[in-house]
Amino acid sequence: MRKNVSLKIFAGLVFAFLLVPLLIIIVTSFGTNSTIQFPIKGFTLEWYSKVFNNESFMDSFFLSLQVAFFATLLALIIGVPAAYSLARHRVFGRNWIKSFFLSPTIVPGLVVGYSMYQFIVIKYQFPIIQGLLLGHFLICLPYVIRVVGSTIEQLDFSIEEVSWTLGSTKLQAFIKVVLPNITSGIFASFMLAFINSFNNIPVSQFLSGPGVTMLPTSLMNYIEYNYDPSVSALSVILMLGTIVLMYVIEKTLGLASIS
Amino acid sequence: MSYVELKDIRVSYDNNTDILKDLNLSIEKGELVSLLGPSGCGKTTTLRVIAGLIAPNDGEFLVDNQNLTKVPVHKREFGMVFQSYALFPHLTIKENVAFGLKLRKEKRNIIEKKVQDILAITGLEELGDRYPKQLSGGQRQRVALARALVIEPKLLLLDEPLSNLDAKLRLAMRIEIKRIQSQLGITSVFVTHDQEECFSISDKVAVMNKGVIEQFDTPEEIYKNPKTEFVARFIGFENFFELTPTEDWKYKTVDGTIFQSTHKWEPGKRTGTIRPEDIEIAAITQQNTNNTVSGTIKVRTFLGKSYQYEVETPIGTLLANKADDVVYQVGDNVTLSIPAHKLIIV
Ligand SMILES: Nc1ncnc2c1ncn2[C@@H]1O[C@H](COP(=O)(O)OP(=O)(O)OP(=O)(O)O)[C@@H](O)[C@H]1O
Ligand SMILES: [Mg+2]
Repeated sequence: MRKNVSLKIFAGLVFAFLLVPLLIIIVTSFGTNSTIQFPIKGFTLEWYSKVFNNESFMDSFFLSLQVAFFATLLALIIGVPAAYSLARHRVFGRNWIKSFFLSPTIVPGLVVGYSMYQFIVIKYQFPIIQGLLLGHFLICLPYVIRVVGSTIEQLDFSIEEVSWTLGSTKLQAFIKVVLPNITSGIFASFMLAFINSFNNIPVSQFLSGPGVTMLPTSLMNYIEYNYDPSVSALSVILMLGTIVLMYVIEKTLGLASIS
Repeated sequence: MSYVELKDIRVSYDNNTDILKDLNLSIEKGELVSLLGPSGCGKTTTLRVIAGLIAPNDGEFLVDNQNLTKVPVHKREFGMVFQSYALFPHLTIKENVAFGLKLRKEKRNIIEKKVQDILAITGLEELGDRYPKQLSGGQRQRVALARALVIEPKLLLLDEPLSNLDAKLRLAMRIEIKRIQSQLGITSVFVTHDQEECFSISDKVAVMNKGVIEQFDTPEEIYKNPKTEFVARFIGFENFFELTPTEDWKYKTVDGTIFQSTHKWEPGKRTGTIRPEDIEIAAITQQNTNNTVSGTIKVRTFLGKSYQYEVETPIGTLLANKADDVVYQVGDNVTLSIPAHKLIIV
């Protein structure tokens, strides 16, 4: 019993340690102080309106949104069939391919960003937008392959076989039997890849160029010269968006099955 | 030429060991044939070759004089029922059953009618709008059957369709399957490792062992007249002893007693076998006549209806079952007689 209590206290402390900074950010975003300070002196929504009126925030926000959206879409179009063949066929070196798709979660983001910079910008000299799309597509792909792959592996293969015996070609079976049964996985991987692309700093940093700024970059640029709570306000907006997306994933698939 | 012909089928998954070796099987139109054998003997593999889910390394597969060896699964028009039923979880029962008909681009009202009819035959009328996970095991099994039957398949393939059901339901469902199969006259291949199930439902049985068909006969013939030791063991023969053929179409045991069998005498074949329940057991007699052997009871086991005795004799240890009217003790000397019409030579 005692052990249980001390464990609870310990867990409570860990949560507090993680949550308090977030709470402080939320609180400061409503503060009247001209810099990020805690505690706050008065309540205002000024910083939120400042965020919405800041052109570079808004431009980079929509750019990040678009890049994340199209990169994820592309990752789905290529990743879902790839995940399917990895799960169903005896692909040569299948386990190596699988570990390869785990690697972006192991390799430090800076290294990933820098190597993309080397190839996409220096070596092949992609136009900036296309380069960003390609880079973000590469961040998204592993999530799609892993999440969709695990959903496909959980699917009873015999339902495909039975649909072949009933007269459907492999493609028809994929469309009519496999896809409808992996929608939750597709949806979840979309959300996950989207969030990761949207929040990614190193790749955006390395691949953006003159006149093209992604949201995290523009946020960092801003912080360099200003230290006012509009940064907090923007963070709160992003957190809210992420929480909503995570909630949707949790409802469709359960977070446990993706981590 | 039979309706279905498997000719010298060879299957090897890794090109080292053959899972099926020169397998031959002929099935007549309208027959229900069972593949019976222990786990891993290649029953499912045979069925998958027939379905077209596995391409054989060698051999030919013909239906109705057409060579289908290279025809892909979706063009074969066979109905298949999987052990796991493999119902489409995202479709209702009606949609599951209509799946094959829709692919054939049949008219809506015809699809509707055919689905209704087959749901009626399989006793599922009430359940058409439910989803598979809302059904019991027996109901799912019938949906799988209905879905396979509604396309009017040239061949119905069933892979242990009853093994997920409890004993009572198995019995009911196998009668049901047999009824529907003979009502519609569909040529069928049924995989099982349960011999009672197999004998009760089949017109013919193929007993398989390690990728080879050991015997292909009617259930009665297999039960009464197994051709090989493997088949005999598989269907409940437990006593095996060495016999030497004599010139006058009889046999001699290792201790010189003459045994007769009413079954076909063949030179060279010389293992005698008999079921424990066919051996007659009696108090010891002095002179050893033909078809008898004496021995000592070593173990007695109570089986409910009867006792099983393990008797040590000069020709080996024999198992004999006897009803509990006369009970012998361990250590008793007894004479076992082996009726000529029950003695099988394999
Ligand atoms: N995909 C595969 N790759 C390699 N070997 C396989 C494969 N499928 C089956 N085998 C092997 O082939 C043999 C026959 O398998 P099969 O599934 O046909 O047996 P079965 O008679 O249906 O057995 P059970 O009664 O257990 O279902 C087994 O030894 C099995 O290990
Ligand atoms: Mg099997």
